[in-house]
Amino acid sequence: MPELHSAEGTSNKPVPAHEEGPEPPHYVITAENLTKTYGDVTAVDGISFRVPAGESFGLLGPNGAGKSTTMKMIGGVSQRTSGNLTIMGLDPEQNGPEVRAHLGVVPQQDNLDEELKVRDNLLVYGRYFGLPMSYLRPKADELLEFAQLTDKAKSKVDALSGGMKRRLTIARSLINEPRILLLDEPTTGLDPQARHILWDRLFRLKEQGVTLILTTHYMDEAEQLCDRLIVVDKGRIMAEGSPAALIRDYSTREVLELRFGSERNASIGAELEGIGERLETLPDRVLIYTHDGESALEEVSARGLRPLTSLVRRSSLEDVFLRLTGRSLVD
Amino acid sequence: MTEPSATVPATAVSAESTTAGRALRAHPPEVSAAKARRWGAFYYAEQVLRVMKGYGWSIFLYSVGQPAAYLFAMGVGLATLVDTNAVSAFGGVSYIAFIAPALLVSAAVMTAATEFTFPVMDGFKWRRVYYGPHASPLTPEQIAAGQIIAVTLRFLLQSVIYFAIVALFGASPSGWGWGSVLVATLAGLSFGLPLMAYAASIKEDKGQFAMVMRFIVMPLFLFSGTFFPLDTLPVLVRWIGWISPIWHGTELGRVMTFGYEESPVLTIIHMVFLLALAWIGWVLTKRQFVRRMGQ
Repeated sequence: MPELHSAEGTSNKPVPAHEEGPEPPHYVITAENLTKTYGDVTAVDGISFRVPAGESFGLLGPNGAGKSTTMKMIGGVSQRTSGNLTIMGLDPEQNGPEVRAHLGVVPQQDNLDEELKVRDNLLVYGRYFGLPMSYLRPKADELLEFAQLTDKAKSKVDALSGGMKRRLTIARSLINEPRILLLDEPTTGLDPQARHILWDRLFRLKEQGVTLILTTHYMDEAEQLCDRLIVVDKGRIMAEGSPAALIRDYSTREVLELRFGSERNASIGAELEGIGERLETLPDRVLIYTHDGESALEEVSARGLRPLTSLVRRSSLEDVFLRLTGRSLVD
Repeated sequence: MTEPSATVPATAVSAESTTAGRALRAHPPEVSAAKARRWGAFYYAEQVLRVMKGYGWSIFLYSVGQPAAYLFAMGVGLATLVDTNAVSAFGGVSYIAFIAPALLVSAAVMTAATEFTFPVMDGFKWRRVYYGPHASPLTPEQIAAGQIIAVTLRFLLQSVIYFAIVALFGASPSGWGWGSVLVATLAGLSFGLPLMAYAASIKEDKGQFAMVMRFIVMPLFLFSGTFFPLDTLPVLVRWIGWISPIWHGTELGRVMTFGYEESPVLTIIHMVFLLALAWIGWVLTKRQFVRRMGQ
């Protein structure tokens, strides 16, 4: 669908300045020392970041890291405890409706209106922005096409699969043509095929210059979609950079994964000493961080060690996370 | 893949698609925000009405069937016994004229007991439908107000139908009878809004709404001077009527439909009571919505 890209081809530049602010918002989002506490629990603990227009920015971290709470504050639906936050130069607590009018939001849990038909969900949502039906009717059809749901237009939402509901939620978030899209765990719970379709759609939006803010605990998702990301754990930023830079800074080029069986994984460490740059022992496997996985594997064999399985792979954000926190991302 | 249809040419899909030659463009966010600030509650009401349209037939049948059944059973069956024995006890009018305004008010209150409970739970918890509009320029107050506007329209529609049937039975002799439609709507809000505030505070469904039906709505329905004047009850249980929106609404309705004689002070008390309860309910509802959605 090439028209879709070229139509917005000029919008890869930063968004034009808005009249109401004294300074044009060079960054569409700025957060300084953003903090949120619920009673004794500090969900977000003083995080700071800035997102320029058109960037695809990710928050990567395990469940409970504070990603969703951060998203809710950006989305203008949750009040911060302290710190500063502006979206398009506006404070979401002072100018909630104005901030939310700029955004498209894809929440973690779908909250489509299941009693309405697929297309009506888009129309009704567009009305919340005061958009007229003369705009909404053709726009809804356009978005259904974009979300590959045209033949489901008259179905009840109940009848859609998980992946279709997710795509409808994304279509709904685009009804007001937002220049900033917030996506909270967009593909959690979807099968691999549904995830790839969704990634493709998000990638098209990115090409159109839409600023994407997404949270995920999938490192492959972060690598696919994010220009830059922050790794978040326990409400704090552990590292920041592009996926490639993070891998370069916190990991090695390759990783050798060895499995010796759950009995021996823990004790084999001493015998592997000196191979590669760093060794990480997990309950189910041993990871050797090295620039050359194949040579490392040869060295393992030369020492007379016989792993049950071995695998050489490129480093991923999972390894970055493991390095930073000593824990895996998932579980 | 959809078949290429004549109505939607492939080019209409692009962002450059046009209506009557003009580019399809949303108005700027500033306009969205300004419109939402002004009309947001009505935008949400529109959504609720669309959902109601989905079960429009059952609303219609309920609105027609319930009064018809009650008026026939009570007004024709029971009334033949009552009217031959104790006409004076019922304000000097036929029994059917006596109970008609009560049934009208009770029907609105019963509708309130469903419309302001389960849908609220659905909004916050079951299907979380409030959180969609919450991410849009609408505010929590507007979402609450929108739902109330939509339900108020349902009260009005239902009461108009009910009143038309009452009038067909010849049970509204006074020219002011139509006012009972407004009274019933007010009674529905007066009972419904405090209930909505309560529903918005519930985090876990433990069958509270069934309890409300059984232990609040039913006793109010039976002991609010619905089927017999309140002063025929022992003093010990009369207080149920005094605190009941059904009683206040019913008495007010009777003044409207057949010029029921009561002290003007009492008429004013009925009105003030209903308005005050509705207002308190609204304040509490608003607070619950803001609190629960702001977390």
